[in-house]
Amino acid sequence: MRNDSTQSTIEVGALKKSFGAQRVLNGIDFQVEQAETLAVLGKSGAGKSVLLKLIIGLQQPDSGSVKIQGEEIAALKPDQLSEVRKKIGYLFQNGALYDSLSVEDNVAFPLSHNTKMPAAERKEKAKELLASVGMERDLNKMPSELSGGMQKRVGLARALALDPEILLFDEPTAGLDPITADEIGELIIGLKKQRKMTAVVVTHDIHGVKKFADRLVLLQDGEIALEGTFADMQKSKKEFVVRFLKDAC
Amino acid sequence: MWLYVGIVIFGGAVSGAWPGFGQLTKEAGLVKNLLVRFFEWFGDLGVFCWRLARSALTPPYEIRELIRQLDAIGAMSLPLVALAGAATGVVLSLETSNSLARFGAKSMLPEVIVFSIIKESGPVITGLVVSGRVGAGIGAELGSMKVTEQIDAMDASAVDPYRYLAVTRVLACILMMPLLTLAADFCGIFMGWIATTLSHSVSLRYFLNHGLQEVGFSDFIPPVLKTTVFGAIIGIVACFQGMRTTGGTEGVGRSATSSVVLSSLFVILADVILVKLILMFFP
Repeated sequence: MRNDSTQSTIEVGALKKSFGAQRVLNGIDFQVEQAETLAVLGKSGAGKSVLLKLIIGLQQPDSGSVKIQGEEIAALKPDQLSEVRKKIGYLFQNGALYDSLSVEDNVAFPLSHNTKMPAAERKEKAKELLASVGMERDLNKMPSELSGGMQKRVGLARALALDPEILLFDEPTAGLDPITADEIGELIIGLKKQRKMTAVVVTHDIHGVKKFADRLVLLQDGEIALEGTFADMQKSKKEFVVRFLKDAC
Repeated sequence: MWLYVGIVIFGGAVSGAWPGFGQLTKEAGLVKNLLVRFFEWFGDLGVFCWRLARSALTPPYEIRELIRQLDAIGAMSLPLVALAGAATGVVLSLETSNSLARFGAKSMLPEVIVFSIIKESGPVITGLVVSGRVGAGIGAELGSMKVTEQIDAMDASAVDPYRYLAVTRVLACILMMPLLTLAADFCGIFMGWIATTLSHSVSLRYFLNHGLQEVGFSDFIPPVLKTTVFGAIIGIVACFQGMRTTGGTEGVGRSATSSVVLSSLFVILADVILVKLILMFFP
């Protein structure tokens, strides 16, 4: 399928996903436009992380569709899916760094497998990426030697390695102290300005959402309880939205 | 009846839930569940093998990771395999020496030791030692990578985890098993001679001349090559169990245990079939 100027970067339509008897997503619809940052909010277990995994094709939906730049993810062959994934960076909740590789090798890993870049150039690019997240002094450390915040920074550098057009963040600030959480939030804002990337951020951090999200969706019982801007959320009279906002602040 | 018992025991092994036999008779639902898991496991294993074959046969090939795995699986297992082979040689010498003396055939001791080790003890001991060391290692490593989302991260980075993680480990197991078996055979025969010569002095030349004089191509090559099948079993079962891990650290423990249990079980079962085939083709 070819791209056209009117299509959204990410289109999610009537998406359903269950695990056994538990229905996690029950007909989700939303779009994310080019260079837009969408925050996905909801209680723990609301299916936010599952939604990200469905977007990148790590899990298969029961029904519904996910399109990335017009391409239906579920219909792609493995090599076609790999090509789409090269356009997407994914920051996992706990970094998901390869624990047998050093920090530098973790960041260079996608480059060594998806590009023909010479080793010296890969090394240089890994250094640059790590410098951009403030980790240039920890190149030779192993993931087990890093704190949670440092692991997320390295995970972010790895997610940026292939210069993706889309970034998916899974709880980028969860489990971090307020200062480190703020630094990660600043990094996301910086990326948005510099690279004009499309981003989907799954988060509980309502203060962060205020700063970096253009729009948000709030999930409740597998459905979208609210879709709009942060101001729309503040104005909403829905009981769940009001309670969520009150508890989150 | 035996098939039924086998299916229930195997279902328990793959599901990680061993029921009490009293419970089995009472709870038909549990038996049904184990039966479903039994067939589900084989179905999933079939899909896994198909994906593995597809990743193994199409480029790019992960040569660097394969070399790393050859070292981790082969070189690192060598001391343990050599020790197990040596112990087998000593035990064979001590046990068969007395038995042969009873029948007045003590002069046959070198032949018995060499034939036992080359044809059966060496390959099977190597298979079981490697399934213990390597099977547990692969099951735990990949299981841990699965529960910490490292395998998902690899997939998300457009790197095929089957190609990078599973194909390299399975190939390393297949390639290293014959070499490890040769090491076990060598240590077994050598320590068999040491144990023999300690009870009554026999020169190494005499021991080897007598032991090896009747050994032909069909006695030596097929048993060594059959260990490639053991290697494939160990690699495939351990990678499969590791990559389907669920349930956090407890799940990692379960995967490591089931990798060892199932790969050992299949190595023994495969040995029965392979011995029969070898006897058919190399009588």
